[in-house]
Amino acid sequence: MPKPENFDKLTPDQKRQARLEAWVNHEGIEFTDPAAEKGYKERAQLFADVFQMKKPKRLPVAIATGFFPFLYAGYSCKDAMYDTDKLGKAMKKFHADFMPDTAASAGLYVPGKVLEILDYKLYHWPGHGVPENTSYQCAEAEFMKPDEYQAYLDDPTDFFIRTYLPRVMGALEPWKELPPFTDLLELPFIPWGMLPFGLPHIQETLKKLMEAGRLSLEFAGKIEEIDNDIITSLGLPKYQGGFSKAPYDVIADTMRGTRAIMLDTFRKRKEIMAAAERNIPFMTRMPYGAYSWGGPPTAFFPLHKGADGFLSPKDFKELYWPSFKAVMLNLIKDGMIPFLFVEGSYNQRLDIITDPDIPAGSTIWYFDKTDMAEVRKHLQGYACFAGNFPSSLLAAGTVDQVKDGVKKLIDTCAGDGGYYVVNGAVLDEATPENLHAYVDTAKEYGVY
Amino acid sequence: MSKELVDLVVDMREEEAVKLAEKLLEEGAEPLGLLDDCREALGIIGDRFAAGECFVPELILAGEMLRQIGALVKPRIEASGEGAQEKIGKIVFGTVEGDIHDIAKDIVVFMLDINGFDVMDLGVDVPAAKFVEAVKEFKPQVVGLSGFLTLAYDPMKNTVQALKDAGLRDDVKIMIGGGQMDDNVAAYAKADAYGKDAMAAVNLSKGWIGVK
Repeated sequence: MPKPENFDKLTPDQKRQARLEAWVNHEGIEFTDPAAEKGYKERAQLFADVFQMKKPKRLPVAIATGFFPFLYAGYSCKDAMYDTDKLGKAMKKFHADFMPDTAASAGLYVPGKVLEILDYKLYHWPGHGVPENTSYQCAEAEFMKPDEYQAYLDDPTDFFIRTYLPRVMGALEPWKELPPFTDLLELPFIPWGMLPFGLPHIQETLKKLMEAGRLSLEFAGKIEEIDNDIITSLGLPKYQGGFSKAPYDVIADTMRGTRAIMLDTFRKRKEIMAAAERNIPFMTRMPYGAYSWGGPPTAFFPLHKGADGFLSPKDFKELYWPSFKAVMLNLIKDGMIPFLFVEGSYNQRLDIITDPDIPAGSTIWYFDKTDMAEVRKHLQGYACFAGNFPSSLLAAGTVDQVKDGVKKLIDTCAGDGGYYVVNGAVLDEATPENLHAYVDTAKEYGVY
Repeated sequence: MSKELVDLVVDMREEEAVKLAEKLLEEGAEPLGLLDDCREALGIIGDRFAAGECFVPELILAGEMLRQIGALVKPRIEASGEGAQEKIGKIVFGTVEGDIHDIAKDIVVFMLDINGFDVMDLGVDVPAAKFVEAVKEFKPQVVGLSGFLTLAYDPMKNTVQALKDAGLRDDVKIMIGGGQMDDNVAAYAKADAYGKDAMAAVNLSKGWIGVK
């Protein structure tokens, strides 16, 4: 179904409804056979129901995947990032063999070559700073210095272009010499603004960008092929749409690093709050980059530095929550659904996140290690929730332990709807028997 | 002893705490006494952390205050030739192979150190063989394995196995901790215990070594 002409005049609820319907009714997807189409529609409907806190026909079950598909297919983690044929084969085999109710995108596994060309420093990836059979990992550093908050506040984009990117990408280091683009004001200034682009070492950065761009375009085409094949032949809908971050996490994860941001909570409180607020429009805009009408209308937020322990509840409320809430409200107004992945735990945050300003039924809360009985107590009737099947059990437990664990989790959480089954941390390691037991038990036991 | 210094550190008043330490030293205070004050403050902070009343940022800032006050004190101790604090036990600690996460590890090592343990910190991405070597050399009572990822499960298991193969398993107690670790993983890796945070690591180690 096409986007309603009067979309802009709809209420937030109606907008969300229209976006969800367009997703369930798979605008623009050509399935390989009617069974796949029917499966897709049924599965997407299960999720659309639980997202809106309704009782689904049965509980949908998802697998949050890390590098498991590659290890399962007999490949290495490095293969996922350097060999798109293996990437495609592993993703297809994983989905076909386990048949969770949703498809994970191959786009999670970024091409290592692109990162190499850019000399990207924020992460280490398999074969590049960490062993070939390990997932990519964040190698945080103070890419923004403690005395640079004001420069960031003055002009975040300029700060990114001339300060942040030259530090986080070795290939763009010479950009620290560029004049600000806001100098390109009037005729007499044009040549002086252009001059740096005549210098050989600046030209070299552009060549590298072009090569990274070429490979990324190629990668995107391949990803589309892989994802479409899984969606159209197996009938598995994607349920993660766009991507964003909590504004505080942009400063904490991306720019300052954990240790530095923690010291800043004492030394630079006002600056943190101002920078988080400055990030609101950027983080509101970001999810639309990967969303088009008919796609899953969710904006996925991996939440990091607001977890229990990383901030006091008081600081969470003061430093983390206000700007994050503002981004959520912006998206909710437009009928997009913030899909909030709480890494670590939020046992001390459940009172705060059930904020009365956020309308019921407009968010999805996906938990890693939070106590699910407490989650249900707080969130039932307020928002869709999911998560916390322990990844450790999938790797180190027995089949019977997994089956019992899934049943217990469902007993704890299912209630009258608004809940689905998913593992806590993204999955790298598991035995196939355990993962089958997890999916199958959820499907069999998760009926109302 | 300065109760005022203890209070300032406990209350996270960094600038004032460092300034007071400077002033006390200028007035001729006992340098080692100041370190005792810091340790007392850290003890209170550690208890609050264990009780869920203070959090990782407080531990990090406390570490930072201790570092600054330590830097003021150090030249004076060296000048007077006084000895360091006596250690209550030895621990080898590291993040297991393939995992490069260091923040939690650093906090645990710091809290162990503050609580009187002599800690050999092997860093991150530490192969099993390096743990074996360190245990042979350093002869600790406790080994701590840190890991953030689910992919750290097997390296943990392999490290425990390597210690066993080297005939060292019975000489040490092994604790694990970090992001995706729990009791399931401790059992899987055949470690002796899982500790959920830095104070748990301190208490496990004290329990094993027989310190109250």
